[in-house]
Amino acid sequence: MEQFFQQLTNGLAVGSIYALIALGYTMVYGVLKLINFAHSDMFTLGAYLGLTLLTSLALTDHIGPLWGTVVLALMVMGLVAMVGALLDRVAYRPLRESPRLSAVVSALGASIFLQNTVMLIYGARYRVYPHDILPRVALDVFGLQIPLVRILILCASLTMMAMLYIFIQRTRIGTAIRAAAIDQGAARLMGIDVNRVILMVFLVGPALGGAAGLMVGLYYGQINFTMGWGYGLKAFTAAILGGIGNIPGAMLGGVLLGVVESLGAAYLSFAWKDAIAFCVLILILIVRPTGLLGERVAEKV
Amino acid sequence: MNRRQLIPLAVAAPLAVLPLFLNAYWIDVLNSIGIYAMLGLSLNLIVGHAGLFNLGHAAFYAVGAYTAAILNTTFGIPVLLLLPVCGLAAGLFALAVARPIIHLRGDYLCIVTIGVGEIVRIALVNNLFGITGGSNGIFGIARPSIFDLTLRTPLHFYYLIWIFVALTVFVFHLLEYSRFGRALNYLREDDVAAEGSGVNTAHYKLMAFVVGAGWAGMVGNIYAAKMTIISPESFTFWESVLMFAIVILGGSGSMPGVLLGAFLIVGLPELFREFANARMLVFGAAMIAMMVFRTQGLIPSRPRIYRIPAGEKGEGRA
Repeated sequence: MEQFFQQLTNGLAVGSIYALIALGYTMVYGVLKLINFAHSDMFTLGAYLGLTLLTSLALTDHIGPLWGTVVLALMVMGLVAMVGALLDRVAYRPLRESPRLSAVVSALGASIFLQNTVMLIYGARYRVYPHDILPRVALDVFGLQIPLVRILILCASLTMMAMLYIFIQRTRIGTAIRAAAIDQGAARLMGIDVNRVILMVFLVGPALGGAAGLMVGLYYGQINFTMGWGYGLKAFTAAILGGIGNIPGAMLGGVLLGVVESLGAAYLSFAWKDAIAFCVLILILIVRPTGLLGERVAEKV
Repeated sequence: MNRRQLIPLAVAAPLAVLPLFLNAYWIDVLNSIGIYAMLGLSLNLIVGHAGLFNLGHAAFYAVGAYTAAILNTTFGIPVLLLLPVCGLAAGLFALAVARPIIHLRGDYLCIVTIGVGEIVRIALVNNLFGITGGSNGIFGIARPSIFDLTLRTPLHFYYLIWIFVALTVFVFHLLEYSRFGRALNYLREDDVAAEGSGVNTAHYKLMAFVVGAGWAGMVGNIYAAKMTIISPESFTFWESVLMFAIVILGGSGSMPGVLLGAFLIVGLPELFREFANARMLVFGAAMIAMMVFRTQGLIPSRPRIYRIPAGEKGEGRA
């Protein structure tokens, strides 16, 4: 039972990281119908920028570990958001009116570009996060020893998801984002500045992805320039699992995928861990072709 | 013979004599280009003609290559004789995996094909049934021979590969202008209208998948014959991405485009060698630039032209 709950909480933490990345995929997809393959590199970028800021500013020494990490996360999110907006401007905006698959190839090109930029700046080897940022203690929760980092990650990502949900549901710009996702043309006719909506999406999505990168750095302690592929693919799987374009769907899909993967690795086979995630995806899509919370639309005629 | 029919000849003639002036390294680069050209053409049937979003083509390529390697190393059957077997194996595999998922809409199909690709790769790494050799792969595939000539040098393979490329172009050209090809284009443009006109869309989509995958399986055989060693590393998601980029960048649905795409996607990183470590960075930037400036692909596919048979002038003849 001990192992089960350890794996479950681990799965929840990893799953909430997947969910944060998946939100970036699903928001961009909702508005642009584009699979932003370069999003995985926003995640990598977040991890590396976090490392740089952490070692160069030593914030955690000045204002304490908790607030230091929070300020650090905000800085990382701001920087990655700017890269995201730039990415849209350079690689996607010129392709708005072109066939959808062209933008996908542009996204793949952007992903290769960003990945190699990170490699050239930081080198190809694994980089290690300083391990004394957050206290390495385990908390006693109902008799379970759960690492503090895991709980913090879970809390932080849940907070961010809740904030995003309120932002999307309650604010004017959030409403505009939802409107543009449903019908871009109609949204434009209603006076919504769709380009601003797209810019917003490319600020918020990468910011969350960058935060996820920082979390992985803090959780696992080592990062690599190719780590985006794996996490990006899982997060995209999560977005599809929940129903792409659907924001609560991405959260649900991410957490579910993390838990399934974690339990599968523990009880079925560690070597087949990644395959288990995809098998679950395929099985769910066979039963529900548009994901768990995906809209049940009839094809337009 | 009109001018357009001369173009293939004008491309083929230089290709036939080119290797005589190149060293082994560049011949090998051209061999890779040939292999990716065939993979691109087979994927083009699925992505370009049928409009199905397949980002897991490497899985079928892998099935072909492993079929060749396993049968050759355990039973000693000559590799090239296994060509149809490999095609069949990959085709059947595609049939089995695509059957339940073929009705999925665009991007859902995309992630499932990525998933299938990953599952196949993981299965190969984990030494499925104890016959795939795990992450080391399979080595010691016998050199292929044609009559008494054993193929060993890059030059031998150059001719084998490019003759097969020519065959591929021929076969897919016939397919494109067949009833089958027209049906695929119809359902790509409008699924519902095609179904309404009596095209069995699910059947045709599935067949496009199977034929494309089967062809990739045969290319896998040639790859296994050329390398004599295969391992799961050669069949990663990255390979699928390359094939996909070749099709879209060259011009989805256009055969000259796909061939040019193969030259650029495989050839450019070689030309960028002078940038050393930054070569993939330049490559990524080039991919963005090419898509931004040629959004339809480098050589877009041309709409089909049907001549109205010449007859009396005027309309409305009964």
